[in-house]
Amino acid sequence: MKTYDIAELAVRNLRESILRNSLTTVGISVGVASLVAMLSLGIGLQQLAGRRLQKSGLFDTVVVTSRRDLRGFNREQEENGPAPADSPTLNESARQKIAQLPDVLEAYPDIRFITELRYQDRPYLTMVAGLPFSAKNNDAFDGMQGSFFSSDTAPEVILQKSFAAQLLGKTPKTGGEEASVTELAKPLLGKQLTMRYAERTATPEAEINNSSGASQSAGTAYSVLSREATLTIVGVSDLDPDSMRGQARARVFLPLKLAQNLHVMQPSDLRDTTNLTGGTPAYTTVEVHVKSPTQVQPVEDAIKKMGFNTFSIVDATRSLRQFFAVLDLFLGIFGSLALAVASIGIVNTLVMAILERRREIGIMKAIGASDGDVKGLFFAEAGVMGVFGGFVGVALGWIIGRVINLGTNVYLKRQHFPPEQIWFVPWWLVLGAIAFAIVVSLLSGLYPASRAARLDPVQALRYE
Amino acid sequence: MSVVSTANNSLAIRIENLSRHYRMGEALIRAVDGISMQIASGEFVALLGTSGSGKSSLLNLIAGLDHPTSGTVVVKENDLAKFSREELAKYRLHTVGMVFQSFNLIPSMTLLENVELPLRFAEVDRNKRKSLAREALQRVGLIARLRHRPAELSGGEQQRASLARALINQPQFLLADEPTGNLDSQTGTEIMNFIREFNHAFGMTIIMVTHERALAERYASRMIFLADGKLVGDQPNVISATVGQIRGGGL
Repeated sequence: MKTYDIAELAVRNLRESILRNSLTTVGISVGVASLVAMLSLGIGLQQLAGRRLQKSGLFDTVVVTSRRDLRGFNREQEENGPAPADSPTLNESARQKIAQLPDVLEAYPDIRFITELRYQDRPYLTMVAGLPFSAKNNDAFDGMQGSFFSSDTAPEVILQKSFAAQLLGKTPKTGGEEASVTELAKPLLGKQLTMRYAERTATPEAEINNSSGASQSAGTAYSVLSREATLTIVGVSDLDPDSMRGQARARVFLPLKLAQNLHVMQPSDLRDTTNLTGGTPAYTTVEVHVKSPTQVQPVEDAIKKMGFNTFSIVDATRSLRQFFAVLDLFLGIFGSLALAVASIGIVNTLVMAILERRREIGIMKAIGASDGDVKGLFFAEAGVMGVFGGFVGVALGWIIGRVINLGTNVYLKRQHFPPEQIWFVPWWLVLGAIAFAIVVSLLSGLYPASRAARLDPVQALRYE
Repeated sequence: MSVVSTANNSLAIRIENLSRHYRMGEALIRAVDGISMQIASGEFVALLGTSGSGKSSLLNLIAGLDHPTSGTVVVKENDLAKFSREELAKYRLHTVGMVFQSFNLIPSMTLLENVELPLRFAEVDRNKRKSLAREALQRVGLIARLRHRPAELSGGEQQRASLARALINQPQFLLADEPTGNLDSQTGTEIMNFIREFNHAFGMTIIMVTHERALAERYASRMIFLADGKLVGDQPNVISATVGQIRGGGL
């Protein structure tokens, strides 16, 4: 028989006992639906966690420190390699070398200083940090009100939420609800802040040396000048200042280039005088952004080879991924169990159909149907139920996932959490689930189909 | 006699020492027990015997629906015992057509679909299939009943439809198992006339199982008697031959 004929006959046979076959198909649908719902929730949760982690910026970042700085994150490193005193300085040329490593997106110095900011003639002492311009594309500033810096050297600032509250004299009550970023941003955006800071300037001889390209021993001589700069508030961010993210450990952000050009006294400058290392000023830390968390390890190794200390939390991602892999596996197993039960339903329906259609099978064989024709017909019936079950099941699973998502958000809202998308149905899951339903149905049809094919026509046609 | 001799121009089926035994509990049933015979092309053979004499079993063996325990059925130089299951299906599809006492139409299908079914198995093109099935139903006078299901028809109509189905692939043999067994005598006659027409007009070889000697005498050209799985008699039907001659002469 031609494939189209087999399919046509299969559909019409299924329509003959519409109730039973519909119920079987519903069984498959429920199986597929539970599979889709489970996996979509697993994927959704994974994405949620992923988004959170991405925001934290922890997992694609390597923090580089000099071995000269004894406060390395990892004691073990310091036992190997050159002695701290012999290891290279973490200066501009080292930063450039690191930036040129493969898979490194950018490497920027961590510039931060505690200084005084004046707003409406009142002084506030706080931590100020340089923020690389690339952070603009980072979703870390998704919750920000206002806009990002207009350029990397613009005299603009972004304030952290709690500092903004402080400027407005709104100290958050403990346990009470915090003022929203929108509320805080309104009176502050576009206003001016005056920053007082200590500039480190090179002595004239040093400047001459630097410009002529000979930058060996002169850099240690410098003077400190008190300066003021006027900055415009362009944004208020809701980043948590206590999060581990390096950028966030400050309450006021300047464009990184601007911060660098200001030559503000860095804590490490004091150490330079004692260490007598020549050349350009050294950085305390350099933050390296890697293309993806998976490339953190090789980049870290390369930087270590250059003689620096590095730190990343790549291990934490690994165990987190492992957790989600196991979660997905379990959710998938639960979903598949439902589909397995459904497949027993298919076997049952088709075996019943064979008993019921014994005579029909006998007739078909008597008038010339081959074993293959009969087998193909039953197989096709299982397949058609699988196709319908798969499509209906995916739709059902999608709805179930949506409802669970909705329910969760209602719950989250009651607990005063922002709503979250904890459910996600990717295309591969839709197609995969339908394919899986068809494969399971066909596998379930194997036994009934071959049993129908082997049916002895003489027995089947014997008069009742 | 003359009908038999003119029909006996070529050997169609040769059966040699054919046996079909099966077990039913402790007992060994010899449904067919060492039968040998030859059937020529164009013959109208009636297999006669009481129920349990093995006539239906013999027909099933000739139809390739069943496998002999021993012996051979050779159809047009082909030994059915050497056929694979696939080849047997092809043989049933193209070489033989079957009609049954209980009609055996598929209840869920319309007449047109029932008659069309063997053409589906033969992978005949869709449009050609429809027109062939229509033609066949027209020949048996059922063109007005195409869209009806078997249950909506009388026994005679159902048997006519099953005749149309049996002949749709233009087989060389028509195997009929008590074709009038479930019909009243008038519709039975109607069916038998159709069968005789196929025999006369197309030279189709007919093998018909019946327990009614009168029916066999009226239509068959040869009568084979079975009892307990054995061949107990084989004779040309003089009465039918005479009727045929008279009819032939009359025309």
